[in-house]
Amino acid sequence: MSFFIEVLAGGLLAGVMYSLVALGFVLIYKASGVFNFAQGSLVFFAALTFVSLTERGWNFALALGVTLIAMVVVGVLIERIVLRPLVNQPPITLLMATIGLSFVLEGVSQLMWGSQPHGLELGIPDVPIEWLSQKWNINISQFDLFAAFVAGVLVAVLALLFQKTRIGRALRAVADDHQAALAVGIPLQHIWAIVWAVAGFVALVAGVMWGVRNGVQYALTFTALKALPVLILGGFESIAGAIVGGLIIGASEKLAEVYLGPYVGGGIESWFAYAIALLFLLVRPEGLFGEKIIDRV
Amino acid sequence: MILAVEGVSLSFGGVRALQDVSFDVKEHEIRAIIGPNGAGKSSMLNVLNGVYRPQKGKIAFRGREFRGMDPRRAASLGIARTFQNIALFKGMSVLDNVMSGRNLKMRCNFLQQALWLGPAKREELEHRRAAEEIIDFLEIQHIRRTPVGRLPYGLQKRVELARALAAEPVVLLLDEPMAGMNLEEKQDMCRFVLHVNDHYGTTIVLIEHDMGVVMDISNRVVVLDYGRKIADGTPGEVRRDQKVIDAYLGVARA
Repeated sequence: MSFFIEVLAGGLLAGVMYSLVALGFVLIYKASGVFNFAQGSLVFFAALTFVSLTERGWNFALALGVTLIAMVVVGVLIERIVLRPLVNQPPITLLMATIGLSFVLEGVSQLMWGSQPHGLELGIPDVPIEWLSQKWNINISQFDLFAAFVAGVLVAVLALLFQKTRIGRALRAVADDHQAALAVGIPLQHIWAIVWAVAGFVALVAGVMWGVRNGVQYALTFTALKALPVLILGGFESIAGAIVGGLIIGASEKLAEVYLGPYVGGGIESWFAYAIALLFLLVRPEGLFGEKIIDRV
Repeated sequence: MILAVEGVSLSFGGVRALQDVSFDVKEHEIRAIIGPNGAGKSSMLNVLNGVYRPQKGKIAFRGREFRGMDPRRAASLGIARTFQNIALFKGMSVLDNVMSGRNLKMRCNFLQQALWLGPAKREELEHRRAAEEIIDFLEIQHIRRTPVGRLPYGLQKRVELARALAAEPVVLLLDEPMAGMNLEEKQDMCRFVLHVNDHYGTTIVLIEHDMGVVMDISNRVVVLDYGRKIADGTPGEVRRDQKVIDAYLGVARA
């Protein structure tokens, strides 16, 4: 039993990390209807910038602050240079633009900081919490718990921002109907810039967490692809969906690996999430928390 | 004179939506724009709040002349509007829709709001009060938490009016506020429009198809046909105008 709980908890905590990445997608999608393929590259860029600065002897807070500023600037620039001129283009055009953008970003970050992998330490050891393993014989990493906590706080703040403030309301309004938003005097560009800046910030948090877990390397960009099944499960417009989707994907892929894996020779973990997502698409294409689209005929 | 349009022409490719249209709107009046389908009424409204920029002519608002508006500037000057086919934020509650109408009145910056600091909170509450007042006034208290997309058409129209009013506009542009409503809903809407005009002193420009409504509530009427102004005057004058009668009933062209 304790083994089951351990696997489940490990999965849930890994799921939180997926949610972190998925959150970046949701923000942009909610506000502008763009599926931002470059979110993974933003995560990579953030982590690489942060780790490179710390390796050059900057202290933690300073490096974090500077990286944050860099992410905000990059976010705003992307909105200005790439997406603003493409307003009102069909979604496929925007998707292609962000795919192109993702490769440019990866190239630029490696040009700036080099392409060798880095290790990243936050001073929180990735070791099991002692009393848990002694008392219940359950091994849960301290770092995983910390990451989950950070993600939780981030989500709470974002949810509050979206639901309770004028900016949040303006964001939702813009997402809902551009024309109407303009007519009530909401500045579209301003709002989009804010969204991209916040997405940059979320990418930074995700990048640092993933960097500690797996090292800062090119493969980080692929973690973003793990956000896809999460989004399909949770719905593209929902912050809550990103969280719940992440938890389900994280837990189920770990459980599948441990309990189903042996029967098929292992290696389920890498594709099980996509299998769930596919099933979900057939049953509930809008996701758990997505808005059901009913067309009037 | 609060709003004046001078020699406005607007065309889309080869289609001339408006040709040399001029008229004015006096402070505190209810001004109707009428005309058969395709006469250019909605285009005119879209020029007034800057969705379209006319190729020729200008718009004057309180003596300031503009070659063309843009929607945001119009909003900040105090011109609010509703749309013919309802442009509400469908996923948001009635209250949030109305609050979004107060967007331009709120001042706190992003950081203050993100951190939910004192001023942001106070501001939010203050505007909430104003929004609730409008909600009460339009008698939509019972649905304020309902997502707008779930409401019946008539109520959506009313919510859209509420959102426009939330901006405390000087001029309110209404694009067919009573279209598709039943008699009772129309009467309610008329009552609200008159009350807004009376109580808040808001100048109203409205497009409406229901002649009964137009004749009853408006002070002056502009009649458009094929993008041109064919008549302008009090409801009584317009009703007797031969050109208007021809436009509406059709004449046999020899």
